[in-house]
Amino acid sequence: MVRVGLIGAGKMGISHLSILGAHPEVEVVGVCDTSRLVIGALSRYSPFPCFTEYKKMLNTAKPDAVFVAAPTKSHAPIIRDLIGSNIHVFTEKPFCLSSEEGVPLIKMAKEKGIVNQVGYHNRFVGTFNEVKKILNLGFLGEIVHFSAEAYGPVVLKDKQGTWRSKPNEGGGCLMDYASHVLDLIQFLLSPVEKVHASLIKSVYSQHVDDAIYSLLQLENNVTGVLSVNWSDESYRKMSTSVTLMGTCGKIISDGNELKVYFKTSECPPGYTKGWNVKNITDLTSPVNFNLRGEEYSAQIDHFISAVQKRVLNDKNSFETSWFTDKAIELIRKSVKLN
Amino acid sequence: MERIIFGDNQFFAVNHISDEKSRLQAIKFNTDGAILRTLDYAIGHGVNTFMCTTHDRIAAICEAVLSDQAKYSNFKIYPCMPYAHKYANAITELGISGTLREYLPGNFFGSLLKGGMAFLSKDLLAVMQLMIDAEMKMFKGIDTPVIFLQNIITDLLLGLRMPKILVAFHDYIKLKYNAEAGFITMNLPILISTLEQTGIKNPIVCSSINLAGFRMSGGKSIYEHTLGTKKFRAIAMQIFAGGAVSPQKAIEYVCNLPNIESILFGASSRNNIQETVSLINQFDNFRANNRPDIKEQVLTVI
Repeated sequence: MVRVGLIGAGKMGISHLSILGAHPEVEVVGVCDTSRLVIGALSRYSPFPCFTEYKKMLNTAKPDAVFVAAPTKSHAPIIRDLIGSNIHVFTEKPFCLSSEEGVPLIKMAKEKGIVNQVGYHNRFVGTFNEVKKILNLGFLGEIVHFSAEAYGPVVLKDKQGTWRSKPNEGGGCLMDYASHVLDLIQFLLSPVEKVHASLIKSVYSQHVDDAIYSLLQLENNVTGVLSVNWSDESYRKMSTSVTLMGTCGKIISDGNELKVYFKTSECPPGYTKGWNVKNITDLTSPVNFNLRGEEYSAQIDHFISAVQKRVLNDKNSFETSWFTDKAIELIRKSVKLN
Repeated sequence: MERIIFGDNQFFAVNHISDEKSRLQAIKFNTDGAILRTLDYAIGHGVNTFMCTTHDRIAAICEAVLSDQAKYSNFKIYPCMPYAHKYANAITELGISGTLREYLPGNFFGSLLKGGMAFLSKDLLAVMQLMIDAEMKMFKGIDTPVIFLQNIITDLLLGLRMPKILVAFHDYIKLKYNAEAGFITMNLPILISTLEQTGIKNPIVCSSINLAGFRMSGGKSIYEHTLGTKKFRAIAMQIFAGGAVSPQKAIEYVCNLPNIESILFGASSRNNIQETVSLINQFDNFRANNRPDIKEQVLTVI
């Protein structure tokens, strides 16, 4: 059994907690949040030990691993303490508020052999993994252009609520929504090296961005477009998609459906010349407990298995997530330059 | 419960296999008239139970149903609450306490904050009851014999190991609405064993059950074992596994499983409704004729 603690029981924290609570290899030894409302309810109705200060939780509960789902501004100091105490870390995305904050954490985690993972769940989505497989096999030829998009209905009127509407605490569409897409680009193609130009727009929010449009150049010199907007009411929930143009074909994929066009019959097994459509039904591995999609359970299973040394700690490490933090910075800088 | 229940995913752009089809469905069912027309097709094929989420647009459907009581005299709705995306998006934007402030009556939230932890601990169930009442408002005057908790909440509470709240939902639905509580889940075997321990007898549970094993957590065989050995009233949903199984094979599989009281399906066109209903009737009849022991049971539900 892996002894696990949680810091931050907001939307993502509660979701992680439920998956951890149902995990046969996990004992939840502590939950920490500063909200009396949340901790009050959890301590009354759940069996989990509850805390309002994380240091007290670490000393009392002595977890082997901790999930960090506190606001992004507190990630770096909390993670530093966790690594210092030899505790394995799963943190929500984005990794840190800046690339500068992340560097010493990567070094510390490496030196101490700490298992580390960041919650970019798209890397556990069946369709996107299939895209990666096709790309790795080289069947799309040379990639000449990509377009990566995400839209959803988060901020639909002018309102100020939580840390998510505060730019210096990790709020805004760029940190929250676009980070997923930037990480996906890196996963499928390569890290962002240069941002040629960006538009960062507020649609409703007063202090943070609601939409980002950027021209990106990757380390492998592939170029493409990023388009993200969390103020789009026509979507029921977040929808992330990528279109990849290659010299031998084209891929259009979202989290549910993969459409591939091959120019010739030189294609992977199970595919043919012309259009091919595959759905998540064909591409998803079953999980033991499903709360809101297989990928959320699969990322936790992977982390727990890595802590148990059953699999390599090779998905969504601090290191790869640092490149996403870097890409966010490059986008911000490209706006200032223009 | 009726053998066949009509679902609402197609009306609200819920498509588990394609975001593009989601959008096409949203366009097709942009008007309430388009939804009502499709419901009428289902009623025309003998399907009189509509299982739907508490989406805002259902209010207009309820009004239409109430305004033509002759036409909808046998019509029943099984509400499924909450419409989770409304709250999930609100929590991202407003946080948990901000969302409660938005959706609960002002005075109640104020007293929650003043009373602090002790008050909340005592009254979390009162918060739940207020939210159930808010979601049920639009169904006033409609026959709602079964009221469901959506899988996102059922499964969240399962993982958080808070079965007391599931029991509280069950009891409140009975007390306030004189209806049966139902639970939608993506984790049927775990839910059934949890509910067994709480003492809820013969619960109504709706879950993905299909030949492909799609969205059947833990695998198909443990679902089949649970259906064969535990006492509960199962509703099979996602029987076509998002199109991965042919209609014929999908329905044959579900109709031959033990303990499936009802089959839930959604469709956008008259032809698909007709095809699904007639296939279910066909396999039920076939099974009844070949299994004298269940003949009577099958004939009473079809």
